[in-house]
Amino acid sequence: MKRCLIIDDSSVIRKVARRILEGFGFAITEASDGRQALDACMKEMPDAILLDWNMPVMDGYEFLRALRAMPGGDRPKVVFCTTENDLAHIARAMHAGADEYIMKPFDKEIVEAKFQEVGLI
Amino acid sequence: MSPQDYEFLCKLLKERSGLVLAPDKQYLVESRLLPVARKAGCDTLEALVRKLKAPGSEPLKVEVTEAMTINESFFFRDKIPYDRFRDTVIPDMMQKRAVQRKLRIWSAACSTGQEPYSLAMMLDGFSTLAGWQFDIIATDISNDVLDKARSGSYSQFEVQRGLPISMLMQHFEQVGDQWRLSAKIRKMVQFRQLNLLTDFSILGQFDAVFCRNVLIYFDQPTKVDVLTRIRQRLAPDGYFVLGAAETVVGVGDLFSPVPDKRGLYCPTVKREAAPKLALVSASGGQRVA
Repeated sequence: MKRCLIIDDSSVIRKVARRILEGFGFAITEASDGRQALDACMKEMPDAILLDWNMPVMDGYEFLRALRAMPGGDRPKVVFCTTENDLAHIARAMHAGADEYIMKPFDKEIVEAKFQEVGLI
Repeated sequence: MSPQDYEFLCKLLKERSGLVLAPDKQYLVESRLLPVARKAGCDTLEALVRKLKAPGSEPLKVEVTEAMTINESFFFRDKIPYDRFRDTVIPDMMQKRAVQRKLRIWSAACSTGQEPYSLAMMLDGFSTLAGWQFDIIATDISNDVLDKARSGSYSQFEVQRGLPISMLMQHFEQVGDQWRLSAKIRKMVQFRQLNLLTDFSILGQFDAVFCRNVLIYFDQPTKVDVLTRIRQRLAPDGYFVLGAAETVVGVGDLFSPVPDKRGLYCPTVKREAAPKLALVSASGGQRVA
């Protein structure tokens, strides 16, 4: 079973995303900021990461840079999922090593399309 | 809605667009036509039907037909047809048209434009096609969807279904809350209003025709008629692409499936007309004459 780490400071978003991704057969872990997420990745590197941008403690962008510098941190497919919906943010995220980018609000079809795009489904 | 009214609407739609509605599609008619009815000042579908039967109802008939034939569309919908286009059709056509350096492609029933624009973005990605001329003709029965298609503007939802983020970054600009395709890609596609039931020989000859998720709405004789005329518009060495759920079974021997390339067809070449084609080479999977 593929593992997906959902990182978002909103428990509602995490719940919605969990329901969608469990429907696609993923085993889910959750984190509410980048710091917690890095700890989770050190314990076990997931196959997929759904990543919010704006979060307390450590934001999604900082997390992504730290992740890609970790041993084995190049392996997970990272899909940003954020309200930041301008080209400048998208370009910054992609240059930092994101694989895909979802602009909130999202639905099941969008998550499915993006996860298919990076070969996770 | 009374059975008589439903029957009236079904007959109207069949005559005008070829659309065949099953008896259990009343809900679809209601959901799509109630907004049209309200716009026309009718409270109910009964009132709409009365108005359609009255003299001078031609514009309303057009509107009803358009509302019923609109299809939801995504960029790179179903993925596989586009993989076929990129991996089989383009490489093969690059050889076959190496002298002319020109490709003509028809997106039949293009709806809001995602299909022809997806093809245009794909062609634009081939550096080996630099200097080639592309004619992408995109047609639909509905003027409403063509207006939207021509604008090349899509909502945030629409650009996230099937469109890779790299292509969004490369080919779109943000205009307010919409995403607009670059002029370069928009200029590659020419949109025209066309009802597939009418003569379309004026469009000329194509190297590839995409006709996806349209024929499923037609009855068998209509399907055969449309396919026969599409076959006439397709170059003998060209390609024909159908939707994921469609086949050419039962429509005679107009098209033959390309082996191991589901959804991709080529015009059937009669033995007496030309030597039999070897359809697939063992190595590259490309079609060779």
